Amino acid sequence: MEGSGVGGSESGSMSTVSWEDNMVVSSEDSSCPDESDLELGLGLSLGGKTGGFKMHQLSKGGQFSRILTAKDFPSVISAASPSSSSSSSSSSLSRANVTAGTKRTADSVAAANGSSQVVGWPPIRAYRMNSMVNQEKNMATEGFNSTMVNHKSETSMVEKTTAGIGKYQNNGNIKLRKSLFVKVNMDGIPIGRKVDLNAHESYEKLAKTLEDMFLKTTSSVNPAGSMTLELGVMKKITRPSKLLDGSSDFVLTYEDKEGDWMLVGDVPWEMFLSSVKRLRIMRTSEATGLAPQLQERNQRQRSKHN
Amino acid sequence: MESSELKRSKDSVNSCESARRSSFPDEVLERVLSLLKSHRDRSSVSLVCKDWYNAERWSRTHVFIGNCYSVSPEIVARRFPRIRSVTLKGKPRFSDFNLVPENWGADIHAWLVVFAAEYPFLEELRLKRMAISDESLEFLAVSFPNFKALSLLSCDGFSTNGLAAIATHCKNLTELDIQENGIDDIGGSWLSCFPESFTTLEVLNFANLTSDINFDALEKLVGRCKSMRVLKLNRSVSLEQLQRLLVNAPQLAELGTGLFSQELTIREYEELESALSNCKNMHTLSGLWDATGIYLPALYLACTHLTFLNLSYAALQSVELAKLLAHCPQLKRLWVLDTVEDKGLEAVGLNCPLLEELRVFPADPFDDEIVHGVTEAGFVAVSFGCPRLHYVLYFCRQMTNAAVATIVQNCPDFTHFRLCIMNPGQPDYLTNEPMDEAFGAVVRTCTKLQRLSVSGLLTDLTFEYIGRYAKNLETLSVAFAGRSDWGMQCVLGGCPKLRKLEIRDCPFGNAALLSGLEKYESMRSLWMSACNVTMNGCRLLAREMPWLNVEVMKEDGSDDSQADKVYVYRSIAGPRRDAPPSVLTL
Repeated sequence: MEGSGVGGSESGSMSTVSWEDNMVVSSEDSSCPDESDLELGLGLSLGGKTGGFKMHQLSKGGQFSRILTAKDFPSVISAASPSSSSSSSSSSLSRANVTAGTKRTADSVAAANGSSQVVGWPPIRAYRMNSMVNQEKNMATEGFNSTMVNHKSETSMVEKTTAGIGKYQNNGNIKLRKSLFVKVNMDGIPIGRKVDLNAHESYEKLAKTLEDMFLKTTSSVNPAGSMTLELGVMKKITRPSKLLDGSSDFVLTYEDKEGDWMLVGDVPWEMFLSSVKRLRIMRTSEATGLAPQLQERNQRQRSKHN
Repeated sequence: MESSELKRSKDSVNSCESARRSSFPDEVLERVLSLLKSHRDRSSVSLVCKDWYNAERWSRTHVFIGNCYSVSPEIVARRFPRIRSVTLKGKPRFSDFNLVPENWGADIHAWLVVFAAEYPFLEELRLKRMAISDESLEFLAVSFPNFKALSLLSCDGFSTNGLAAIATHCKNLTELDIQENGIDDIGGSWLSCFPESFTTLEVLNFANLTSDINFDALEKLVGRCKSMRVLKLNRSVSLEQLQRLLVNAPQLAELGTGLFSQELTIREYEELESALSNCKNMHTLSGLWDATGIYLPALYLACTHLTFLNLSYAALQSVELAKLLAHCPQLKRLWVLDTVEDKGLEAVGLNCPLLEELRVFPADPFDDEIVHGVTEAGFVAVSFGCPRLHYVLYFCRQMTNAAVATIVQNCPDFTHFRLCIMNPGQPDYLTNEPMDEAFGAVVRTCTKLQRLSVSGLLTDLTFEYIGRYAKNLETLSVAFAGRSDWGMQCVLGGCPKLRKLEIRDCPFGNAALLSGLEKYESMRSLWMSACNVTMNGCRLLAREMPWLNVEVMKEDGSDDSQADKVYVYRSIAGPRRDAPPSVLTL
């Protein structure tokens, strides 16, 4: 394509630049677009907690990490353990280019999240990230326990498909449930999980899910917080959960909106949902601050059984 | 026309010149060449002889410009007098990830001014990563009476007011395609600007926008545009409204729904299901924001002939996806979020034997503290079930060399292989070795590979493999990889068809940069950021290669001698005059 263009001066200069294939520009229409369509989804799993996402941003104080260069990745050059690279989120400010714009939001949100932050990495378009952020806000403002009031009197879908839908009969209409994902960590296990609290209707069911997740060795458990209604009615619990009755080495605790750690099970379920931020399966020996409630509960239960 | 025929013609250049008057009148030649659509063929044709060059330039109606700074609008207009459709791309791709300064350039206005003078009958404009203001959109709307199609992808600088101008003035508009732009969404009133008499719209995509539009206006618009085949709504359109639109537009071939989540009664659900299934021509489905398991079944009947399903805004779980895919046997392209996990991808492998393209986006890319997303297992599962897979974009947190080797063994026809292991510099998590062998397997096995994005812990060996084996590679993206200049030198010394090379955060320096001197003239562009290149190296490059524009973007507080971000591209228009102060042209 280059070089030997016969003809006038125009063709001579033209030949060094090739007029390339007619590539469709749109990202969706063509299966082989010339450019990337990398996009970002952010934090659906942060759930619909009002202000949960925003609190993250505030607490990080809007700091942005500096751009990490090859120099920051000795692991890349020396093939040593690469784990250092992921934790090197620097707090010093050296933002390359200023001013917020829709595209910049991607990095500010990323930085706010607190995990390893490199500008423009992973390579996901700011557009997708922003649309996910908007989704978060929509879910948050509507509240995660929204009872949608509906006055329609026609037959509901629920009655048609009771087997699948389960317990959501309400004014003859489907009550759409938003998910409420919270993190769950267990002492001694470095990697946590997430569970959809709105997919459970009681402490018993939640504890059962968590036991399946953390206390069983096989991996044949439900995906964390699977919220598909087709899974239907929760199986009947035949025995009280170990996590709740204090008979195991672990207790289930949660952090509430004020930052206090509380024992799970003391307040009504709905109230719990409105104040829980995250869960922790704590070693009983460590639950000293909560011990009084724990002992009280144990005494209550023992006296029940007597 | 086959390229081989053209090459034979090239040999007989002299006889062409002398025989032309008797054998081939210009008008006939032009007529024949006007049937040529491929730009590569047209380039070849223009090199045969002067007559063919002229016939080609007079018969060309569409021009594609991959880098708006490689040529000037005046040069384009001088060479091609009869253009009716223009495709222009501007900023370097890394601008999508905030690596390019805001006011970098790629403004369309200068082009529009020339076009208004030279191409008053311009019909189509497709822009990617260009800066476009509302004033430019207004100018466009009033300057071209025949204007038909506007497509904006990943552009910025405009607002919905600009769209209002287009809707108001473009009487012959057939296509308005607004995708993934940095648009200032002031409100939805622009849609009401289409006049009542306006009926020609065939493509309407406003999924990009978030504000509410006047549904009444939309319903009437869709109702009177009987040729509409592509309709992509934004989130503000509800399920109930969707049903009403579909009832009047069963001819739609591509549908982007609005919010796929709303309380419906049984009858409303059935009406929706019926309206969807009545779209017998539907082959593309997208949107589906907030889709949950309850309403996905409404789509089942509509999915029978679906070839492209974009679920990348619907955080589905594996079971939901599996059930949906059971109804999509014809699927060729699938985009999903990694909430479907490996189990969901297993379902892809089981249900979609015709699949050619898969993109898996991360729903929560910044949260490392929990177990989620997809792993190598999901990718492997898809490869077993979908032997025709040739385009993949895969975001994951772990990968192994063995898995990739298996994948390309199952699917040797990859043309686009974009693997993003999200933790920079992460090795094979089972063997703790670099991921060199994975990409070695890719380039060795996939001889048709055109585009490659690498990730994970990589030594220079990866680049040795790429340089040696990737004979058809045109685009290469590299981040946090390599050990020394040698890596980049291997790529520049091999890869005969390389056109775009983008590198960030790699230990490549001046020696590597300067090893590609001749190569850069056959490439569209080179991007290097956060590497070890210095200003002196860039100056040397600029001095040696007059046909290259060498631009350096400096960051605040960096060393004077460091070239933080370098963008090199060939150009016949010379250095650009609209660069902002932060961009130095050497």
